[in-house]
Amino acid sequence: MAIGTFAPPMDAAAGLAHAADRSRIWRKFVRNPAALAGALILLVVIGAAVFAPLVAPHEPTRQSLIRRFTPPVWAEGGKASYLLGTDQVGRDILSRMIHGARVSLIVGISAVLVSLLVGVTLGLLSGFLPGRVDTVIMTVVDVTLSFPQLLLALAFVAALGPSLVTIIIVLGLTGWERYTRVVRAEVLALREKDFVEAARAIGASPARTLLRHLLPNTFSSIIVMSTLQVAQAILQEAALSFLGVGTGSAYPTWGQMIALGRDFVSVAWWLPTFPGLAILLTVLAINLVGDRLRDALDPRVT
Amino acid sequence: MLSLVTRRLVRLVVVLAGVSLVTFSILQASGDPVALMMPEAPEADRIALRLSMGFDDPLPVQFGRFVGNIVRGDFGQSFFHREPALPLVLARMPTTLLLTLLAMGLSLVIAIPIGILSAVRRNSAFDHGATLVVFLGTSMPVFWTGIMLILLFAVQLRVLPVSGWETWGALVLPAATLATFSTPLLLRIVRSSMLEVINLDYVRTARAKGVSEWFVICRHALTNAALPLVTVAGLQFGLLLGGAIITETVFAVPGVGRLIVGAIRQLDFPIVQAGVFVLALIVVLVNFAVDMLYIYLNPQIRVR
Repeated sequence: MAIGTFAPPMDAAAGLAHAADRSRIWRKFVRNPAALAGALILLVVIGAAVFAPLVAPHEPTRQSLIRRFTPPVWAEGGKASYLLGTDQVGRDILSRMIHGARVSLIVGISAVLVSLLVGVTLGLLSGFLPGRVDTVIMTVVDVTLSFPQLLLALAFVAALGPSLVTIIIVLGLTGWERYTRVVRAEVLALREKDFVEAARAIGASPARTLLRHLLPNTFSSIIVMSTLQVAQAILQEAALSFLGVGTGSAYPTWGQMIALGRDFVSVAWWLPTFPGLAILLTVLAINLVGDRLRDALDPRVT
Repeated sequence: MLSLVTRRLVRLVVVLAGVSLVTFSILQASGDPVALMMPEAPEADRIALRLSMGFDDPLPVQFGRFVGNIVRGDFGQSFFHREPALPLVLARMPTTLLLTLLAMGLSLVIAIPIGILSAVRRNSAFDHGATLVVFLGTSMPVFWTGIMLILLFAVQLRVLPVSGWETWGALVLPAATLATFSTPLLLRIVRSSMLEVINLDYVRTARAKGVSEWFVICRHALTNAALPLVTVAGLQFGLLLGGAIITETVFAVPGVGRLIVGAIRQLDFPIVQAGVFVLALIVVLVNFAVDMLYIYLNPQIRVR
C-alpha cells in the first residue's frame, strides 16, 4: 500500500547549498520554454491577486440588472468596458476573476504550509524513531490514504462550517501524507551515512542531527512536491466551492463563479468558461514549473 | 508468503478501525448533532433525545457503540429521508461503480497504447504531444470539463442529453468527463513504467534473439511494466471515486456522490457517514486486492 517516491540519498555537498549548483539548476530551468511560460503566467496571476483592487476595472460585487448577460467584447453586443462580459446580475466577470485569484492563491499556499508542517514533522519522527512511533505514524498514513481526499475534505468542511480558514486547515490536514512518506524514506536512507555518523560522533544531539543534517537533504524533494500540491489544492478548493461548501462568503472565487454560471450555460456560455480557463491556466503554470523544478533539482535526471 | 498475507490482513483490520474513527469524528466535528436533528424543538425534548441516543456518554463509549453499529450495518436514520442511511447509500452504489468502471475502461483503452507508443518513441513529436495532453488533463477542474462538454455536445451540437442516467446516451458525457480526469494519470504511469523496463538487459536480449520489436514490447516489456501499473492504478482508485462524486453532481447522475453532496448541504450526517465509510471501504479493499495480486504476480517477493 505504501509506495513512496524514493528519491535517492544525497550527500550534504550535493544539496542546494552550493553556488555552482544553484546556477546549474537555474540554467536548466530557464532553458525550458514551457517552464518559462508557466513562470510568466504565474507572475501575472500573482500580480493580479496582490493588486486586485487596483487592476480590476470594476467592483467585483457591483450589480446592475440593466447590463446583465453582456457578452464578451468580441461577441455581438459586447461592450469595451466589460472585456469578458457580465454575469446573471450584471457583475463584471474579469473583475471577479481578478479578485478570485486571491482566494485560490491564499488557499493553495496556506494549505500546503499546513501539510508541510504536519507531514515533514511526522516523516522526520517516523524515520528517526523506528519501532512503535514509526508503526503508529505509518498506520495513520494508510488510514488517510483510504479516503478519497476530496470526500473527506467535503465532509469535514461541511461539519466544521464553511470558511476560508476551515478550507485551508482541512485541505492541509488531508494532504500531508506524501511528505511523511518521502521524508521518512530519505531519513531511513541517510541515517547510516558517514556525515550523519560524523555529526553524531562530534556530539550533536539527535534533534540537531535531525534538523541540521537530515532535514536539509530532503529539501529538493519537498520543494518539488509542495509546488505540485499548490496546484492540487487550488483544484480542490475550486471543487469544494463548486459543490457548495466554499469559503462561506460573498467574495468571489473561481469555483463558485463556475457553479453559479453552470445554470446559465445555455444562454451565456462565458459565465462558467472564463473562470474555468483561469483555473486551468494557473494550475497548468504551476504544474509546468513544478515539473521543471523536479528535473532541475533531481540529480538522477540528466 | 503466508505470514505476509496474515500481516496484510492485520493491517487491513487496523486501517478499517482508523477509517471508523475518522468517520465517527465527522459527526463530532459538527458540534451538536441533536440540534441538527430537531432544530426547532424545546430544550427539554433535546435533552431527552440526547440522553436516549447516548450523546452525553464519554467519547470512547460512543465510539465503541458506533463501531458495534457499523459491524451490524447500522449508520442510523437519515435526518432527511427518515430511513436507515446504509440502504440508501447501497442502493446508489451500482450507478457510481458503473460510472467509475466505464471511465476506467475508457482510460485504459486510451492510455495503454498511447503510453506505450510515447515510451517507445521517447522525445518524438508524438511523445511531446502526449505529454502536453497529460499536463492539460491534470490541470483541468473535472466539473469545468463536464460543463464544457455539456456546452459543446448538448447545447451547441444537441447530440447528447445534458443530464440524467436513463438512456445509454446519457452515460456518454459523464463517463467521458471522468475519463478526461483519469486518463492523464494512467497515461503517465504507463509511459514511465514502460520506460523503466524498456532498456533493461532482458529486453535487449529478447531483441538480440531477433524477435520482432512489437513482440518484444508486448510480451516482454509490457508484462513487467504491468506490476507498477496495477499498484499505482489501485492507489489512484480513491482519486477516481473523488472525481466520480463531482461528475455525478455536474450531470445529475443518481449515484452515491450526488447523494452525499446533497446530504452535506442538508447536514444529513448519517448519510454522509455511511457514504464516506462505504467509499473508503471500497478503496481499502481495492488496495488490499492489489497488494494480494502483487504478492501473487511477483515471484521475488520476500518477507522482510
